[in-house]
This record gives sequence, C-alpha cells and structure tokens, in this order.
Amino acid sequence: MSGQSLMDSLFQRTLEDLIKGLRQQLIGEQAFISKALEEIRKEIKSTDLSTKSTALLKLCYLSNLHFHDMSFAAFHALEVLSSPRFSHKKIAYHAISLSFHDSTPVLLLITNHLRKDLTSTNEFEVSLSLQCLSRIANVDLARDLTPEVFTLLSSNKLYVRKRAVAVVLRVFEKYPDSVRVCFKRLVENLENYDPQILSAVVGVFSELACKDPRSYLPLAPEFYKILVDSKSNWISIKVLKIFAKLAPLEPRLANRVVEPICDLMRKTGAKSLLFECVRTVVTSFSEYESAVRLAVGKIREFMVDEDPNLKYLGLHALSIVASKHLWVVSENKEVVIKSLSDPDPNIKIESLRLVMAMVSEHNVAEISKVLVNYALKSDPLFCNEILGSILSTCSRNVYEIIVDFDWYVSLLGEMSRIPHCQMGEEIENQLVDIGLRVKDVRLELVRVARDLLIDPALLGNSFLHRVLSAAAWVSGEYVEFSRNPLELMEALLQPRTSLLPPSIMAIYIQSAFKVLVFCLHTCFVRGGSTAGVSASASYESFDDLSVENGAGSTVAHGQTCTSAPITNESIVNLLKLVELALSPLLGSHDVEVQERARNLLGFVDLIKLEALNSSGQEENDSEQKGVEATKIIRLVHDAFSKELGPVSLSAQGKVPVPDGLTLNENLGDLETICSDIELPSSNTFSFGYPSEEKDVSSFSNLQIKEDSGQSNESTSLLAEHRKRHGLYYLPSGKSEVISNDYPPANDPALQGDNNDTASDLVKLTAESLVPKRKPNHSKPRPVVVKLDEADEKPVAVKHPESRDDSLSGAVRDILFGSEDILPTSSRSNLPSSNRKGKEKQHMITQVESKENVVGDGNSSSRRKDHSHGKERRHRKKNAEERNETDRKEKESSSNHPRRQKSRQRAEEPLKVPPQTSVIPDFLL
Amino acid sequence: MIHFVLLISRQGKVRLTKWYSPYSQKERTKVIRELGGVILNRGPKLCNFVDWRGFKVVYKRYASLYFCMCIDQDDNELEVLEIIHHFVEILDRYFGSVCELDLIFNFHKAYYILDELLLAGELQESSKKTVARLIAAQDSLVETAKEQASSISNIIAQATK
Repeated sequence: MSGQSLMDSLFQRTLEDLIKGLRQQLIGEQAFISKALEEIRKEIKSTDLSTKSTALLKLCYLSNLHFHDMSFAAFHALEVLSSPRFSHKKIAYHAISLSFHDSTPVLLLITNHLRKDLTSTNEFEVSLSLQCLSRIANVDLARDLTPEVFTLLSSNKLYVRKRAVAVVLRVFEKYPDSVRVCFKRLVENLENYDPQILSAVVGVFSELACKDPRSYLPLAPEFYKILVDSKSNWISIKVLKIFAKLAPLEPRLANRVVEPICDLMRKTGAKSLLFECVRTVVTSFSEYESAVRLAVGKIREFMVDEDPNLKYLGLHALSIVASKHLWVVSENKEVVIKSLSDPDPNIKIESLRLVMAMVSEHNVAEISKVLVNYALKSDPLFCNEILGSILSTCSRNVYEIIVDFDWYVSLLGEMSRIPHCQMGEEIENQLVDIGLRVKDVRLELVRVARDLLIDPALLGNSFLHRVLSAAAWVSGEYVEFSRNPLELMEALLQPRTSLLPPSIMAIYIQSAFKVLVFCLHTCFVRGGSTAGVSASASYESFDDLSVENGAGSTVAHGQTCTSAPITNESIVNLLKLVELALSPLLGSHDVEVQERARNLLGFVDLIKLEALNSSGQEENDSEQKGVEATKIIRLVHDAFSKELGPVSLSAQGKVPVPDGLTLNENLGDLETICSDIELPSSNTFSFGYPSEEKDVSSFSNLQIKEDSGQSNESTSLLAEHRKRHGLYYLPSGKSEVISNDYPPANDPALQGDNNDTASDLVKLTAESLVPKRKPNHSKPRPVVVKLDEADEKPVAVKHPESRDDSLSGAVRDILFGSEDILPTSSRSNLPSSNRKGKEKQHMITQVESKENVVGDGNSSSRRKDHSHGKERRHRKKNAEERNETDRKEKESSSNHPRRQKSRQRAEEPLKVPPQTSVIPDFLL
Repeated sequence: MIHFVLLISRQGKVRLTKWYSPYSQKERTKVIRELGGVILNRGPKLCNFVDWRGFKVVYKRYASLYFCMCIDQDDNELEVLEIIHHFVEILDRYFGSVCELDLIFNFHKAYYILDELLLAGELQESSKKTVARLIAAQDSLVETAKEQASSISNIIAQATK
C-alpha cells in the first residue's frame, strides 16, 4: 500500500502535464480526458495529501473547462480541506466552491472546517473560508456560522473585515434571523473611513435595498453623507443605486438628494458614474423638471457619441424617460430614427422600441408606413423584429390605437407580403380576430384575403401558410362580402394548394364548401325567384352593414355585393371545378383533408343532379326534386350563416357544474389499469376552425360517443372494460350531461341542434359582449367587440415583500428597535406566507396597543411607514397618523405656531408627547 | 451583482468560468453554449452589451479572449466594463503581458486573482497594487508549503510512515 502511494506521488501527472497532454491531443481529447479521469479517481484515494490535492486540482480543471462531473470527489475535497497546509486548503476551497451545491450530501461535514478557518489567525485562510461560505451557504451553514461572521465584521484586519461584510449579504439571504445579530455592526461599518470597507458595505446595502427599499429609509442620512463625501466612483455608483430605490418612497428625501446628484452629474468625468446619475434621475426623479432636463442633455451627448456603448446606453436611458416624458423622445426623434439603421442590432432594437413608444392613434399610420419600408430593406432578423413590434403595438388593448381598421387590415396584408416575414402566426391571429370583433371592416378584410389567396406565388412560402389559412377562413366565413365568389372559389382550389400542409388544406376545403354553398344559395334559393339573374341587381348600400346586429341568426341577404353574375352555367362550371380539384384528395393521407373533401364531394353529388336539371330544363319538370335540393341548400346555408362570435375565455367557467360531478378527482391510477387495454384511438383529432381553438377540445367527448357507436369492436371493448372497472366510470346518465354541457360554443355545423345547454352558453357569451365605441374622432371608429373579462389580462398582483419578507422584516425590527417582538426562532420555521400574515397581525396589534394604551404616537407612525399591507385595513388610523406626521413637519419648520398649538391641544387626550421625527427629517 | 464570469477564446473554447449564482452543471454548459454563440458572432465595432434572458451580459475582447460578465438589468454596464479592464490589467501585471497561454497553464492562478477581485459577485478590491500584494503574499505561502512537500525525503517519510 505504502509502495503504491509512493509511486503515485513520484510519478503523478501534475496539472501542467495534464494540460500539455490535452493540448497535444495524441489520442484524441475525449480518450485523453477519460484516461486522466481514471488516474484521478485512483490518485484521489491516496493517503498522501499532496497527491490527493494535485488530483483534486486536475479534477477541478476538467470539471470547470470540460464540464465533467466532480461530485464523486466531494468527500475527498473535505479531506484535503483538513490539511494544515495553505496550498492544500486553497485547492480544496476552490474545488468546493466550484462543485458544492445545496444538495451535496457532505455539506453537513463542512461546518466545523469552515468555523476553524474563520477563526484562524492567518487572514488568507479566513478569506478563503469566507469566499467559500459566500458560494455554498445554505440555511444551516448560515445559521451555524453567524457568530463567527459577526466577530469578523469588526475584525481589525481590514482585509478580513471587508470580505466578511460582503459575505454577510449571503448569510442574510439564507438565514434572515442573522440580521438581528449582525445588522448593527454592518451599519457601524457605514461610518468607516476606509474606502474599501465602505465600498463593500454600500454594495451590500444596494443589493438589500433592491429587494425591499422601505426598510432602509432610516439609513438615508448615512447614505447621503457618503454620496456627498465620496471620492470613489465605485462607491458613488452604488449609493446612487440605493437612492434610486429610496427616493420614490419619501418625497422629502428626493428633494434633498436631487441637488447633489445634479452636481455630481455636472462635475464628474467618469462616464459610468455619469450614466448612473442619468439613470437615477430618469427612473426616480422624473418629477424634477430641471434635473430631467439636465439628464436629457447628457443623454443626447451619449446618443450622438461615436462609441456604440454610449449610444446604446443613451437610447436605453431615453426609453426609460419615454414612459413619463414622451416629449423627450419626440425632441430627439432624428437621432432615434437614424439609429434604426445602425450596424449594431442591439442599438437598432433599442431605437425601434423608442419609435414604438412614440406611436399614438394619430401617427400610427405614418410610423407604420415608415417602419414597413425599413423592414423591407433590413436583414431578416431585424425585419421580423420590426413587424413583431408593429403587430404587438397595434393590437395592444384590443386594437386601442387603431381607428381606421380598413387601413390596418390592408397593412396586415402588406406585411405578409414582405419577403422575410415570419410573423405568419401573429398575422393569422389578428386577421381572424379582427374579423370576429370588427364588423365594419369585413368587406375590406375579404378583399385583402382575396388578394392573398389569388396570388399563387405566396403558396410557395411556408412562413405565409398561416396567413393564408386565415385568409381562406375569412373569405369563407364572410363570403357574402366578396365581389366575386367564383373567382374566390378558383383561388381556393388552385392546383398549387397542394403545397399547403394538411391542416391548412382542410381549412381551404372547408372555406370552399362555404363559398360553394353561398353561390348555390344565391343562384337557386334567392336567385331562383328571379330566374338566376345576376345577383348584382340587388347591390345595396353598405349602410345596412352597420345595422346588422350580432343577435340575428341569419345574415341579411340584402347585403350581398356580388358584382359578378352567378348563373346556372357558372354553377355547373363551379361544380365541375370542385370535382376536378378535390377528387385526388379523396386518397389523401391526412384524415382531416380526406374527410372534408369527401363531405364536399358528397354535397356536390347531391346538388349536381338538380343543378344540371334546372339548368337544362324548365323548373316545373323537376319541381319535387328541386324543392328538395333547395331545402338542403337552405339548410346548409343557414348552418353556415350563423355568425361566429369571439368566446370569452371565462365562458366555460360560467357553466354550472352538475351535482355529484367531481372534476378534481384523481384519475391517475386509472391509467395504470388501462395501460393493457387498447383504447379506441380515433378520438385524437378534432375538427374546428382556427378561431375556435379555445373550445375545440370539448368536441372529443361527442366524438368518442359517435365513434363508439359506430365501431362495434371498440364498443365491446369499452363495455368489457366498464364491467371490469365499473368503479371508475361515472353513471351513464351523468356522462351524457357532461358531453352536453360543453358543446362547441359557436360551431355553425352544430348550431342546428340547438340543445338547451348550447343556447345557455351562447347566451352567456352574448352577455359578456360589451360593445365599446370611442367618441370624438373625425372618422368614427368602428365598433370593436370586446369580451369584458377575457380581454382584461389578469394582472398578477405583485407583493414586493413576498420573497424577502422574512429578511426585510428582520431588518425592520432591527432598525426600528423593537425589542418586544416575538422570539425570533419560533417564527423562522413558519412557511413564509403564513409568517407574513402572522407578522402583519402582530404589527397591527402592536400599533393598536401603542396607540390606545401607551399613546406613543410616534412609534406607531413609524410602523405605519414601514409595514406594507396594513394600510388598507387601517385607513382611519392612517389618517390620524398622517396628521401627526404633518404636525411633525410643521414643527420642524415651525411656520405656523398657532396652528400647531391648536393641534397639540386637540391631541392632548391621547397624551402624545411631541418627539422628534424618527426618520429625522433627513436633516443631514 | 455579477452572476458569472466567463472567459471564452475566439474559437469558442472556455478558458475560465466562475459562478456566483447557483447554476447546475447542465445549466452551465447551456449558458456557455448560448452566450458563446451570441457573443462570438458579434462584429468588432458594436456595443459591448447583450440582452440575455432578462439579464445583461457585458463582454469585451482582449486579443483572442472574450471576457464576459453577466449582471442584473439595473446594474451599471460601464462599471462592469471597468471591472473587466481592471481584471485584465491585474492579470497583465501578474503574468507580465499576459497571453492566452498563461491563462491556460495557470488556470487556478487566474481564479485566485479573480477571487481577490470579486467576492459574492461584488467588486472587492479596486486597487491593482493591493491585489498584486495579496496574491504575492499567498503565493509565497503556497511556495513554502510546496517546497516542504516536494522534497524527496519528505515523500519517503510519508510513504513509510
């Protein structure tokens, strides 16, 4: 054994050997590494610490730069750590901070090693262990080592002290209760004159203040002093960050700080500090006109600078200002627009954001035009960036800024023709969405859709397929607005449609179906009476369009604006065309396409006879049959002419759950039982239009029923299964209810069998429609249908405290010196939300008790300032407290002694002794 | 704070990685692959900042090496550029006109220097001289230990214990 280890140490590869070997790559990198790893695994078990540590170092190298797992060496690293030699320790600490994480099992064993080194007399050992702690600290480590870190915070070795300060941040994060121990000492370090220590402390506070600024307001005087006195730019930047967080909370503080910041901005030569000043002003001091002006001046200098970094930051700062002072952006419009053609993509995107910030309903048309032209010329990536931002800006808040929808729809059409356009999906959604929401624009929409459909070149571009599917759907759904349905039909059935993916192909066929039904209906049912004359005779004014309301189940026929005559002859041609185009699709591999093609052809077969008859002969001859065909056409037409409306996302939630149906029952174990039985697989696809995505899933219920009805095999299987596992089946009556309960909300084909629940749903949907009209436009804005709840995106309520509440709570306790709070240990173990509630309650009771019994108005007002959430509940008290704060202000300024006196008298029953303000008015 | 520091060569080889926030081994490789792709493909005269997954990555190229640091959205980019420069100057002073090979063969030393400079993702030491002094002091500690360890008699003594 000893001989072995001797050989190991004498002939061990050093790190340098390893790297050299790796670079020479005689046997290939992977092979070399695995060989080296094998060696390391052997060496690391050696009893000789030098050998072990060298092996560990090599392993670190491989793990760090070649990403090999080194978790197997965790325990060995600890062994090396126990070595008395500094060089070994160093390697061990390096390895540990590289590879340990919260779930490393040997983490428990490291505590004592760290403690030993933290108390070592060698400052470098202390530093190593602090460094390691900052990286691997978890709750236990932070708790157990808090006393040591606390001692180090006032170490007389500056080198150690500043490191301890930096590490304290991590300890606080992991174990908030340590705040109670360490915070005072941390604050004491704020008054230190050593710039290094000051830098570290300020760094810690700037991180802490990011999470919960309110707790650190009382320290504002100290920060102010640092801001004014600091000579170091590093420190100034950090202090500015702190003030950026504090200033919005306390206007008096902002008043005081804004001048020094402006001074700093004028004097400093360092760009980094200058930029920090600018950013602080534009984010947190945007009410101070002069400061903002100064900052904007600097921003302009940044933007016209040669250095792309400054240019980028200038634009970035400008976009922060834009949210509050839009005039600044318009003032610098030229620079911004010029930056759109910068070679740097980041700068371009930033300036694009700014341009989009300028968009309003008055200029949206011009800006979009300019941008689309830009998009035409720029590279694909940026082109799509532009298109994406136009689309998202225009559709914001249900097309809030769009007044002229005709223009917008044609813009969408134009955008989809841009060669690099990859925003097909978004354009598709918007086309359909606008079609559903804005009635007045449908005419233009159909025209745009027709232009897109007719162009055979577009079919070759796979990015456009989604747009085309929307166009096809729109032209099918709103075919009554089409000038020439026959032409539309040809476009939908053109040979190049074979390039489309099956799902879109299916939409094309369905649209063709609708168009065909419309043509037939025009010709036979309506035109029949006037003997197949051109429908253009009944060309009516468009005013009717706006009269039409959503409740009507039939779209008024008078709206037709077909200009091309539909004669019997053209119908015959049409039918031939359909047969010609679709018969090859009967053999399609895609079920969806096949089924729809079959449907349509079946319909054509049904009609053809009549059409041919009535074209060749007198109507009387085949009256009986003709009537039947007309009936069919009318039925199908009625089915299609039922208007689709947008469905509120919450519509389904309004359907009451039937009694006895538990939706949340866990069916997980059902799967294990079913795994051996083949379920009928035909329920995997669903039929629906793209607009119905919201609700399509509910079809499957119906479909399962149908399928099982049709196929005996699966029925018997199901029956058998039901017999075996009847327990898991819902009672048969119930299952019927379920399938009826969630019908496809607006599917035209199913609208016919208007069962009760479906009509309920329709009613619910109708209820939730809130038509909204925007007044005072020279040109009236068309009605945009909005769904009340569905369109209001649920805004996630942000609780600023949620994550760090325990930390900030602890900080608050320290800063506001409340010794009477619960013993800390009992609180630390509660889950945070729970604890938060408790804390709140606790605070409230405190406030009450103080106000009522002790009458110490001051401390309670202090509390009010620093505990969130309570305000809501204690409005009244707050009002009182506000009075007090007012009074204090008055006191300090002492302008109105009389009023102050009277107030004091009024408050005398409360026996409030006038005291100095807690946040001492920031008199610095 | 700084979330991680990366040194990537122009060929996409990783020369140094330091993580101040917890990233699993898998995430680390992913981050490096992603950022390497983004940063190495950027032209020479563009700005030194990249938006990345809600963070900002500040990078600067020195000779064939890209120094990258990832920071929070509201951190100061120019300050981080200065930190990078600071680091490079210290390396330069330590190795004597540093080159990529120095970092390859003394990869651990580069780490030790970085550890002096940054702690817990914050700048610790802004003086070049001090860093040089601290590193030298630690090096001498290591050297004395090594001399003891590598003497043959010591090895034999240990082995025959």
